Amino acid sequence: MDVARYIKNEKGGIDDVILSSGIHVKPAYGPADLEEIGFDHDTDLGAPGEYPFTRNLFPEGYRTREWTTRQYTGFGTPRETNERFRMMIDHGQTGLNVAFDLPTQMGLDSDHPLALGEVGRVGMAVDSLRDFEVAFAGIDLHKVGAGLTINAVASIMLAMYQAVAEKLGFDRTKISATPQNDILKEVIGRGAWIYALEPAVKLIGDTIEYSMTTMPRTNPVSVCGYHIRESGATPAQEMAYAFLIANAYIDEVAKRGYAPEEFVGRFSFNFNIFGNLWEQVTKFRAGRKVWAKNLSEKYDVKNPKNLWLRGLFAGGGSGLTKAEPENNIMRGAFYGLAAALSGAQSTALCSFDEAFTIPTPRSALLSLRTLQILMDEVGMRDTVDPLAGSYFIETLTKQMEEKIWEEMGEIEEQGGIIKAITSGYLQRKVAWQAYEFERDVQRGDLIKVGVNKYAEEEDADVELHEYNEAWAEEQLAGLVELKRTRDSAAVTATLKTLETVARAGENVMPALVDACKAYATVGEMSDVFRDVYGEFDEPSIF
Amino acid sequence: MNETVRVSPVKVLLAKPGLDGHDRGAKVVAIAMKEAGMEVVYMGLHQTLEAIVAAAVQEDVDVIGLSILSGGHLPICRRLMELLAAEGVDDIAVAVGGVIPKRDVAVLQEMGVKGVFPGGADLHKMTDAIKALVG
Repeated sequence: MDVARYIKNEKGGIDDVILSSGIHVKPAYGPADLEEIGFDHDTDLGAPGEYPFTRNLFPEGYRTREWTTRQYTGFGTPRETNERFRMMIDHGQTGLNVAFDLPTQMGLDSDHPLALGEVGRVGMAVDSLRDFEVAFAGIDLHKVGAGLTINAVASIMLAMYQAVAEKLGFDRTKISATPQNDILKEVIGRGAWIYALEPAVKLIGDTIEYSMTTMPRTNPVSVCGYHIRESGATPAQEMAYAFLIANAYIDEVAKRGYAPEEFVGRFSFNFNIFGNLWEQVTKFRAGRKVWAKNLSEKYDVKNPKNLWLRGLFAGGGSGLTKAEPENNIMRGAFYGLAAALSGAQSTALCSFDEAFTIPTPRSALLSLRTLQILMDEVGMRDTVDPLAGSYFIETLTKQMEEKIWEEMGEIEEQGGIIKAITSGYLQRKVAWQAYEFERDVQRGDLIKVGVNKYAEEEDADVELHEYNEAWAEEQLAGLVELKRTRDSAAVTATLKTLETVARAGENVMPALVDACKAYATVGEMSDVFRDVYGEFDEPSIF
Repeated sequence: MNETVRVSPVKVLLAKPGLDGHDRGAKVVAIAMKEAGMEVVYMGLHQTLEAIVAAAVQEDVDVIGLSILSGGHLPICRRLMELLAAEGVDDIAVAVGGVIPKRDVAVLQEMGVKGVFPGGADLHKMTDAIKALVG
């Protein structure tokens, strides 16, 4: 999961190193190791920018295209969030990654009883298109793409994004949204699920199908190994489970009569970086290869661009500690280095204070600066895949590839990813790994600096983001005003159409866009789905 | 002095109240409690406090354990204590874990929350403390 396990000998030297994914590291590597593992330059690596893309998606890496920086941002009201978006863009951030509060993520309006105390707390509150109009004001949506970190109601948010773009005068064929839209990982970790799983996957199919023709620059799904790893999965499992989940979404769209070649090129991923540097870098090199092979061999995808493992490789929260929080600044820098050495196309870091709460402007900016320093000062743009050819890295990349296939095979033997999730098998497995990790950190078998080694008694105080109750009041007042001034007949009519379309099993996206434009609320639209689809029943894992 | 020796295992109801779905901590604690010989009723995500109180009474548990990571622990715990009082329940101890700043620990204890375990708390010490609450 996190740091490697070090087996020490009596003299204090290291006898063995076992990476989280279970691979043993040797004290030294040479040509014999590559020979033993059957390494072949052409089939295992190829040139950068060529199949199987182990080395990079692009021949010249960051020379032709810097990574996109995308700090996860959002809190309070859309007005507060818009200010922070603009601050980050003014400081050189090149993409957005929108954080929504829990009521919005759960399809509840700010005035719902369950929203009490949560409005604007961990992200921005969104009730209707009016909020998006404020949140994205003054931002060039043709230039800046927006990740929308939302899953159960991602279809609603994608529709709302199209609606706001059109309202603000942008061309929907030129905007680029990346809704997270990965419900299967929500069930494994993170927990923001609402609807029964089968219709929830169908909704994802709807967004993919709709984007193909209507918003071709949108990445309708961002499959998240990230949260699966946060829940206790190893780096190899993180990749394996994400690929199996992506395959499940491909199958959902393919059964509607589309060839994977037509839509899989817009798939995107979100992966996690913390822990052992070598394991992270080889995970991504192996991951690009496994994904390309999976698409080419299982789905007969031929266009090289459609075989790309595109996505956000981001410094993860699980690596951070509450003890000596400033140490997280250094951890973030190393995670950023791992992202750069892995050829991350898009990146972000958890800020050092995110072990406690969402970041202050100062800590968010520090994360952005960390990434900018890597790109501009220390040579990350010089040459593509700089670790290639190392006996160690190439051996480990091949071992990691085998491990990823092995983990995929293990779940296939359980009857596939959807069965492994609905039965709770996968959740139980990663929960046990998370427990073993905690236990081993507490025993001192796995080292976290400042926690179980070089630990100090007193925690340093750091300035933290403070939640402001006034944001909820402002949001609620806005919702009352919206309901008073909008055209109720249009709301009722568009919601009725949405229900009819949902019941008929048709693609809900056009009806959602109409409902958004009529200022129907997130809660009203998601209630339609609750009625039609029913709610998910969490499997018992204990 | 009470000389009776307790033979049945300590029974704990674990739940995540409200909307936050980050359940790694809750699951780790559930396993740690089971490993420490306790009986655990795991309610899972998105629970209302009313449902938690009803299940605690129904299952006749010794302890209600809440896991809260969203920052909403103060209002949530206050409401839970009110509900328990309204139901006349005085034999169930309440414990809470999650992202809990130091300054809130005393506030929670004042409300009557018996165990407060911020993230990263030692699992052994925690299970021992929970057992001690029941006695």
